[in-house]
Amino acid sequence: MSELVSAGPPLIEIQGVSKRFVKRLDIAGKIARRLGAGLEEETVHAVDGVDLSIDEGDVVGLVGESGCGKSTLGRMVAGIMPPSDGAVLYKGRDIASLSGDDKLEATFAVQMIFQDPFSSLNPRMRVEDIVGEAPVVHGLVPRKGMSDYVDEILTKVGLDPALKRRYPHQFSGGQRQRIGIARALAVKPKFLVCDEAIAALDVSIQAQIINLFMDLREEFDLTYLFISHDLSVVEHISERVVIMYLGRVVETAQAEALFAAPNHPYAQALLSEVPRLDQRKRDFQPIKGEIPSPLDPPPGCHFHPRCPQSFGPCSSARPVLKSIGPDRISACHLND
Amino acid sequence: MSVAEDTLEKTSSQRDGSAVPTLVVENLKTHFFTRAGAVKAVDDVSFSVKAGEILGLAGESGSGKSITGFSVLGLIDPPGRIVSGAIRFNGEDLVTASPERLQDLRGNRIAMIFQDPMMTLNPVLRVDTQMIEAIQAHRKMDRKAARQRAYDALEMVGIPSPGERLNAYPHQLSGGMRQRVAIAIAFLNEPDLIIADEPTTALDVTIQAQILHEAQALCRRTGTAMIWITHDLAVVAGLADRIAVMYAGRIVETGQTDEVIDHPLHPYSVGLLGSVPSANKRGDRLNQIPGMTPSLIGLPSGCAFKARCPRADDHCDATPEVIEEMPGREIRCHHPHRQEAGA
Repeated sequence: MSELVSAGPPLIEIQGVSKRFVKRLDIAGKIARRLGAGLEEETVHAVDGVDLSIDEGDVVGLVGESGCGKSTLGRMVAGIMPPSDGAVLYKGRDIASLSGDDKLEATFAVQMIFQDPFSSLNPRMRVEDIVGEAPVVHGLVPRKGMSDYVDEILTKVGLDPALKRRYPHQFSGGQRQRIGIARALAVKPKFLVCDEAIAALDVSIQAQIINLFMDLREEFDLTYLFISHDLSVVEHISERVVIMYLGRVVETAQAEALFAAPNHPYAQALLSEVPRLDQRKRDFQPIKGEIPSPLDPPPGCHFHPRCPQSFGPCSSARPVLKSIGPDRISACHLND
Repeated sequence: MSVAEDTLEKTSSQRDGSAVPTLVVENLKTHFFTRAGAVKAVDDVSFSVKAGEILGLAGESGSGKSITGFSVLGLIDPPGRIVSGAIRFNGEDLVTASPERLQDLRGNRIAMIFQDPMMTLNPVLRVDTQMIEAIQAHRKMDRKAARQRAYDALEMVGIPSPGERLNAYPHQLSGGMRQRVAIAIAFLNEPDLIIADEPTTALDVTIQAQILHEAQALCRRTGTAMIWITHDLAVVAGLADRIAVMYAGRIVETGQTDEVIDHPLHPYSVGLLGSVPSANKRGDRLNQIPGMTPSLIGLPSGCAFKARCPRADDHCDATPEVIEEMPGREIRCHHPHRQEAGA
């Protein structure tokens, strides 16, 4: 894998990507402003200047609490949402600047698997059409060959092809998630963005789907961006882990190194609070407070109001991501 | 803080003296009679909880763990009903109790915390109104004293500036804050038993840790018995004194937390624990349980797990009885993982 890396640009590169959502004023608000009320449009910095590069064959875990921008980042990588700033590069080329066949290639290459297997499948389409539609429309498979092709893909994800004439509601949660995976695989992607893909499933089914992801990775040489709030899953499956807090990356490291000794205070807190089977009758020592509103993030380091080690510069200067070891970066003033 | 805490301390010391468990459930069967057939959501379940003890009731969705909790509170609606069995709360049978008596107990002696705090809090009432109502429904107390008690309860669950929160509406609070309010309401009348139905599932890990911390500390301090219903074994591993594992309406294994997690006996518990990522070597395939949880309608006779069980044989066509492996350790299996497996 590492040999492939040196050969060319990374499969996916994210350069200074930001996403802002602006809540526009309604008519009443606009009139009130014209009359002199101090109303401003509210802006949420969902993702704030994130850089990330993912090499072919890599499995990157993206971790953070709800509202930290991890799903928004995933959606921008998958091309569902354009970034406000910065660029997403596929094999060294900006996806936004591509056109024609190049654009199609990049679009097929990156597919997304969603959290909720109930709302991400069209309830009025048969499984056959859900999986087969895209490859037929885009000419990857002739219409006559669709049925066989769907059989093949369904078998790969562990579903009985005899069920392909059924509708999504006739399947269990785990099976639906397999249908979602089959749909993504049907256009022969290189890169899968899994946004909380197993969060809605039962424990025993989660294990089946994680195994499926690992099998598919070997079979199709897939690269993953695995977005999850469940650290134990991320620890298990990822090679590299990115931790986000309130729209910014706070630490990136190899999974083993990170779980052995997290550097950023937020990473430390997050890791220590994951319930584990081998920790019994523990006294939970939680970090204080909650994730602040992204409408009005604290100045300086976003984590400083909750950080047990915050000091002078934390409340004024934004910490930059610095290299603190091989393939490891962290954004904390304590490292200065 | 002082008023509430004093009374809490007193009751807990009183309770510790009694050896009778707070709640005893015996051979409980709760079935739902649907057009497609009887759904045996809870089928012959027995367990008990002592004062100050936390029992983790673990299982996957559809295993009947929530219905067990609802049965205790008398919250089963038609077409469901408790078919047979006994639920004894401080010696009093709740199955035969009148609706008025149950009404009197609920929110007073037995409280429940639900998964979604948005469902349990009334969106159009301020937090203080709801809390005062919960107190005055069960005891004579003037509004001012009740409000003070609500204030103390919010402080107790770690809510910053409780005075402000009392005047807030539920939608003005974050998810974690709402769940704390729900927990504070559960503790308001110093109940003997709290049933918590996946209260942290919808929350982030840092908030989950805070809630677990509060719940654990409160139970230890007040001597309240607690049933913590969850699908996440890692949560109960750190929280519960004892664990009961449910599968398809039956408790398949009960025991002290350490014993169940370290030396599971039932093949389902073994499979469930094996499929947790942290129990496996990083990057390896997980030990998955094949198949999926069976539908509770028309469940085949015998052990419900036999179709997915690696140890199943002809014996498993007969329903396994509860075996007491050792004191406090019960299983329902014909082929448990006994010591010869090296545990």
